[in-house]
Amino acid sequence: MRRKKRGEVPENPETPIEEPAEAPVDEAPKEPSPWRGVLREIAAGNAAVAFLSVLLAVVVGSLMILITDENVRNAAGYVGSRPSDFFNAVGTSITDAYTALFQGAIYNGEVDTFERRIRPLTESLKFSGPLILAGLGVGVAFRAGLFNIGGRGQMLLAGAAAGWVAVSVDLPRILHLPLAILAGAAAGAVWAGLAGLLKARTGAHEVIVTIMLNYVGYYLVFYALSQQSWLQAPGSGNPKSEPMPESALLPKVLGDQFNLHFGFVLALVAVAVVWWLLNKSALGFRFRAVGENPDAAQASGIDVGRTYTIVMVIAGTLVGLAGVNQVLGTVPGGVTQDLDAGIGFDAITVALLGRSRPLGILAAGLLFGALKAGGFAMAAREGIPVEIVLVVQSLIVLFIAAPPLVRALFRLPKQEVTA
Amino acid sequence: MSTTAKVPVPVTEDDIAESARRGALKAPIVLGIVTMLLSLLVGMKGREGDTSFRFAEPTDFFEIPEITVPSSPSLTLIVILLALCTVASAFLVSRGRRTPLWLVGLFAVLALTGFLCWAAAGETIPVIGLIGGSIALAVPLVFGALGGVLGERAGVVNIAIDGQLLFGAFAAAVFGTILGSPWGGLVAAMCAGALVALVLGFFAITYFVDQVIVGVVLNVLVIGLTSFLFVQLLAKDTEGLNSPVHFEEISIPGLAKIPVIGPVLFQQTMLVYIMYVAVFAVAWALYRTRWGLRVRAVGEHPKAADTVGIKVIRTRYTTLLIAGLIAGAGGATYTLVSVPQFGEELTDGAGYIALAAVIFGRWDPVRATLAALLFGFTKNLAGVLSVIGSPVPSQFMLMLPYVVTIIAVAGLVGRSRAPAADGIPYRKG
Repeated sequence: MRRKKRGEVPENPETPIEEPAEAPVDEAPKEPSPWRGVLREIAAGNAAVAFLSVLLAVVVGSLMILITDENVRNAAGYVGSRPSDFFNAVGTSITDAYTALFQGAIYNGEVDTFERRIRPLTESLKFSGPLILAGLGVGVAFRAGLFNIGGRGQMLLAGAAAGWVAVSVDLPRILHLPLAILAGAAAGAVWAGLAGLLKARTGAHEVIVTIMLNYVGYYLVFYALSQQSWLQAPGSGNPKSEPMPESALLPKVLGDQFNLHFGFVLALVAVAVVWWLLNKSALGFRFRAVGENPDAAQASGIDVGRTYTIVMVIAGTLVGLAGVNQVLGTVPGGVTQDLDAGIGFDAITVALLGRSRPLGILAAGLLFGALKAGGFAMAAREGIPVEIVLVVQSLIVLFIAAPPLVRALFRLPKQEVTA
Repeated sequence: MSTTAKVPVPVTEDDIAESARRGALKAPIVLGIVTMLLSLLVGMKGREGDTSFRFAEPTDFFEIPEITVPSSPSLTLIVILLALCTVASAFLVSRGRRTPLWLVGLFAVLALTGFLCWAAAGETIPVIGLIGGSIALAVPLVFGALGGVLGERAGVVNIAIDGQLLFGAFAAAVFGTILGSPWGGLVAAMCAGALVALVLGFFAITYFVDQVIVGVVLNVLVIGLTSFLFVQLLAKDTEGLNSPVHFEEISIPGLAKIPVIGPVLFQQTMLVYIMYVAVFAVAWALYRTRWGLRVRAVGEHPKAADTVGIKVIRTRYTTLLIAGLIAGAGGATYTLVSVPQFGEELTDGAGYIALAAVIFGRWDPVRATLAALLFGFTKNLAGVLSVIGSPVPSQFMLMLPYVVTIIAVAGLVGRSRAPAADGIPYRKG
């Protein structure tokens, strides 16, 4: 039985990879492949399970909001004598929370102009841009059987490099912006490529190396930010660079009244490119072959080490673009050592939820972007800690990954498995 | 796809010899690089002054005098010794033999001493504080790594170590406060770790969800959960929910007075002593008991284990729960020893470092412990040197543990082999 690689995500049977020629069966009699059944089940009942998973996660999130809500707890103290108070408190607490979430993420009907009403939607799209880009970076690596936990370091280095080009070079916009983006992407590629190269040359486990490079990258950027000769704003004592100049900023997509910038468009382009790369190109085929079974890939003439390096370079480029997106778009006030804003790790959940498929990652990124925008609104208006979003996100991924559990909970009929 | 048969690759003896030779070559190359880096220090940035190493504490049976050496000449001498080690290693490899571990160890100690001579010129290095502090810093990592080793030996990849540490720290803070006793906090922390393990097992063993997915997601879930509860409840009532009673330092009478070793090993908190026992117990249980044999069988070849009557699912669950108890105890170290109270994302990804220690230690409890100690040591070294003031910018000192780990993993460990059934859910039938 083939050892399942650490970091591999279950394959979706919709796009089977041509399996390398099987050797004469001298091993145990061929099992009826239990995996196939589970996976077909996942594929078959996707929509219902996905919907119920989100529902279930939201219910759990609501319970947490209720349990910790002071009004609800107070009313629960005398629920025996005046139950209506308790149920009112519960109702108000939940309705307020989700109204704020919806109005913060999609559409706010309470304000006067149309532009301000749809503003939340554009905010959600803005937040989803880097999530999609970094999610693609993690997902591409997953497809080749590599687990890229190094999103944080790759984003930091990329952001710092893009920021450095932005503040220290003086060019017309038509050159400045592409150059800054390029610098960022290249820095991300180098940082991730290092992990791929070490894996290819020495066999060092990519999980260890990418985690360590996160910290090394963090301190490198921190150092650059504390040196006047590097990134620190002149005359400042804080570890922060100057604000990005106008000529290096990603332009706004819908005009200046919205914050949505071209980083989101960049993410959409990246989705298309990665889709083509994985499904239509020879390189993508090699990635998937290595991810499925490195030994078989090696035997059929694929240079596995080289593939590891290339896939990490591509992954780093994508994650790097997420860092660029932050520095030149979302937070143009200057490079800091927190510019990754946790996106490097969120990207892992995005890639998992999207099952490492470009379109899946797009959908997952949009969902998480909306939850993020809505979560901020919920925190600002209702005082509910924004971390509730993390809880709901992770529960969604957990439930979606375990369809039999969701089916059992809702007593759905078991899917017919047509073998 | 689990049935994809291995394609037979013709392997000749030459291939095997070739790959062995390439693997063996790495050691002299790494040693050579380190030697060159240190000799660059001599050449480019030689430093004046003497370096002192302080070994003694006033309570010792007898006092080892402070050793003071002139910085530059000692470093030169050490570089020469390092070069000799490298040559010896290269010679052995050219004769088709591997570099022995003691040579690597000797090299590491020499290189470290040389670096200290250089970095602390004109200062005194408190050797006891340096090593004792390392152990204190390594405690949660050791517990986490032990939990990780146990789980993976039974065939369950545990990326959720970080979640177990964090949840343990949270539970220890809350229950250590409510119950007013560090022991209560410790028990609560262990239960919290086991709870995370139970959820991991529920999804990974019972529902066959990819173990890496569950692990990563559980980490996020625990971060979300603890941060949410922290902001909503703990931050509003620090007195009643987040002021845990701490473990006191205990010196073991007699043993604590042995010079150097005493204060380092036997003047610690209860959790450190529990850690000693845990390392020993896990190693013993895994290799010397029937239970350990079963755990390893389940992790290497569950089908064969099942055939001879070992209950695979049950063994995986129990092992995972024990691993969770251990990792949870590691989490307690934070809120019952190191920091006064719980804070958001307190562990700062320590669980991932513990995971690195598991792989670095090749899924062996003792080696994983050593890896965790190495990590604690480099981290403490960075701290000590930034206090006494070294010529290296503090950020580079703080980077040291991570760089050392990369060099060690890439240069000396290389390809590591996980238990054969690690990460594969077991389905009967």
